[in-house]
Amino acid sequence: MAEIASQKAPADTPPPVEMVRVRINDMDVDVPKTHPDPLTGKPVPTTMIQACEQYGVEVPHYCYHPKLPVAGNCRMCLVEYGLPALDRNRQPILNDDGSPKVQKMPRPAIACATPISPGMEIYTDSPGTIEMRQSVLEFLLINHPLDCPICDQAGECKLQEYSYEHGQSESRFVEKKVHKPKQVDLGPRIMLDDERCILCSRCIRFSRDIAGDDALGFVNRGSYNTLAAYPGRSFDNNYTLNTVDLCPVGALTSKDFRFKMRAWFLKETKSLCNSCGTGCNTLVGTREEVIYRQEPRENNAVNSSWMCDYGRLNYKWQSSENRLKTVTAMRGDIREVLNWSQLLGEIIPRLQRFQPGQIAFIGSGQMSTEEVFLFKSLAEKMGGLVEAYSSSGESDRLLLNADRLPNTNGLRIHHFTTSGQISPSSTHISEGIKKGAIKALFVIREDVTAHGISIDLLESLELLVVSDIHRTPATDVAHYVLPGAAHFEKRGTFVNVKGRIQKFMKAVEAPGDARPEWEFLHEILHKATGQNGFSTIEGLFNLMAQKVSALHGLTWASLGDLGVQIEIPDSR
Amino acid sequence: MIVERKELTLLEKTYLPGIAQGIRITTKHFIDTVTGRRKVTMQYPEEKWTVPDGYRGAPYLVKDQEGRTKCVSCQLCEFICPPKAIKITPPGPSVNSALGGVEKCPEDFEINMLRCIFCGMCQEVCPEEAIFLMRDYSLTGESREEMIYHKDKLLTLGGTHQDAIQKWKKKESEAQAQAPFH
Repeated sequence: MAEIASQKAPADTPPPVEMVRVRINDMDVDVPKTHPDPLTGKPVPTTMIQACEQYGVEVPHYCYHPKLPVAGNCRMCLVEYGLPALDRNRQPILNDDGSPKVQKMPRPAIACATPISPGMEIYTDSPGTIEMRQSVLEFLLINHPLDCPICDQAGECKLQEYSYEHGQSESRFVEKKVHKPKQVDLGPRIMLDDERCILCSRCIRFSRDIAGDDALGFVNRGSYNTLAAYPGRSFDNNYTLNTVDLCPVGALTSKDFRFKMRAWFLKETKSLCNSCGTGCNTLVGTREEVIYRQEPRENNAVNSSWMCDYGRLNYKWQSSENRLKTVTAMRGDIREVLNWSQLLGEIIPRLQRFQPGQIAFIGSGQMSTEEVFLFKSLAEKMGGLVEAYSSSGESDRLLLNADRLPNTNGLRIHHFTTSGQISPSSTHISEGIKKGAIKALFVIREDVTAHGISIDLLESLELLVVSDIHRTPATDVAHYVLPGAAHFEKRGTFVNVKGRIQKFMKAVEAPGDARPEWEFLHEILHKATGQNGFSTIEGLFNLMAQKVSALHGLTWASLGDLGVQIEIPDSR
Repeated sequence: MIVERKELTLLEKTYLPGIAQGIRITTKHFIDTVTGRRKVTMQYPEEKWTVPDGYRGAPYLVKDQEGRTKCVSCQLCEFICPPKAIKITPPGPSVNSALGGVEKCPEDFEINMLRCIFCGMCQEVCPEEAIFLMRDYSLTGESREEMIYHKDKLLTLGGTHQDAIQKWKKKESEAQAQAPFH
């Protein structure tokens, strides 16, 4: 009856997973009988490696990856194991104390592809297992060039780590190594070193099953087995650089990072990708205020373990020559360099001189949620029209979203725009300037000339305050230019297209006099209204969470590293 | 352990034999020096001290017999250097095939000789035997910039190392000797 009842259970509530008792080394553990398949999500039998991973027992492996289908070709995860012994009537044989007798299997099994069964015993540190690991490593190193001094993977290489932990200190191989092709140009972003490849096939499985571009494969046999792209095809889909992360050795290298910096020098900062609305979690690798690479950071609610090449390589604007580094004011035809206190002392009285309705505020989906909050508060205080524009591109089926701004939903939760709409361009501000109703404009992180407000209109304004990180046509004509900070240079939050609010941390210092927008917005608001209440991003976030309904109950600390799902009002 | 102090004799208690012995030694040195039998002053810098074998002087870079730069820009010396005197600029992704099989070598290699403490960690950590502490101990310059030695200067000063392995040459010749397969 119980079985029938469980079959009739509705499909959207998964049936409770049966637990299986196994023994890992000397530890009795209960493991779910099935795990969801990484691709289809259907329950498939739990394997030994998953059971060990769940209880923190390390089984060295190369080809196994929790997000990819199992291949079982590296043999590194070989373990010895035992099963309950059965007599000729297939009844368990019992020990003298009544416990089932466990018989060690004569041959080892690969932990990544062998399902667990009740009463199984897994020996990950038996002498036989240790010896097998050593031998497998010896085979893997036969044709390996030992390029570690020049290899980009050195320091984060599984072959290095396992050789150190499980391998031998000396090579017994006296024959000549097979030399495979080096510096193979696989595609626009990938350089392959076939000598270093240990043929784990992770890249092949990722390209075929996750990226959906079956571009890679093995050619030749035996010692000459070589990874290659199909002849005449370039390995150029938008997810190729994930294979560099997946590669356990240094075979697949990123052309962008190749021979630029050694991994051990990089300081890794938890950040977000700002190239589209998906908000992939990233780790930014920096050294001495220079960004060297971005890598995806696992977040199963957003980007799994992947990110697209477009977003990953879209960081060079941070160090471009075009960055604004000084606070400037236009004096007649001459641009004068000011300091921040001079500037704030000048613009606050000038902003306050305008009547409500004479001043318009234009924000952007590149601003952090806290900055949007401050800017909206300032606009409400001054009684101005508020506007922001959308930016879109082509989406793909995996991660890249059509919304190319990281924080459009951050604008929505603050009901930022006066019209309630966020569109590519609008006419009411340009109409207002033409009619003379709008006399001043305060713009942050937006090149308004690309959204229907021409240079002539900007020049006709009585006051134009522009904050941006790069020089734009609008900053050239602005009365005051406030250099802002890129998201790499400050802390804050973005709300992604699915309504997940996530933190980003500061990786590098802002250049020159550039400052995070929330800092100067806070000062302007403080001086204009006399209200204060926070001096840190934590305090600002917590204050915002009290005032904005979508964020009620949240604190900066409660966001964690992976963010929190919130309700987006009016998600049109 | 307790050391017993020997009782001084009456003569010793007067200190006279000690003074006489001292005067004798001083007089001998005086005569030796005045008659030129013994030299005590070296006319530095015209005369230079011969450093003993194994002396740790300034670190320089070396080339192999065929002129390949041995350094592969692994940056381990930069990592280990206690006074942070070394700064390496890695080459980036471009392949320079003119280097005789060399896959990677530094774009620039700077040693700030004002910071260097001649400790020899760089030589010890180098996996390629590319940097050696040589016999130079007295480095001078007229500016700070001059005392930051760049790659070319370091290679010129370092000269040639008789390399038994010549790994780039070995790799290249082995690869050429094997039957083509792809």
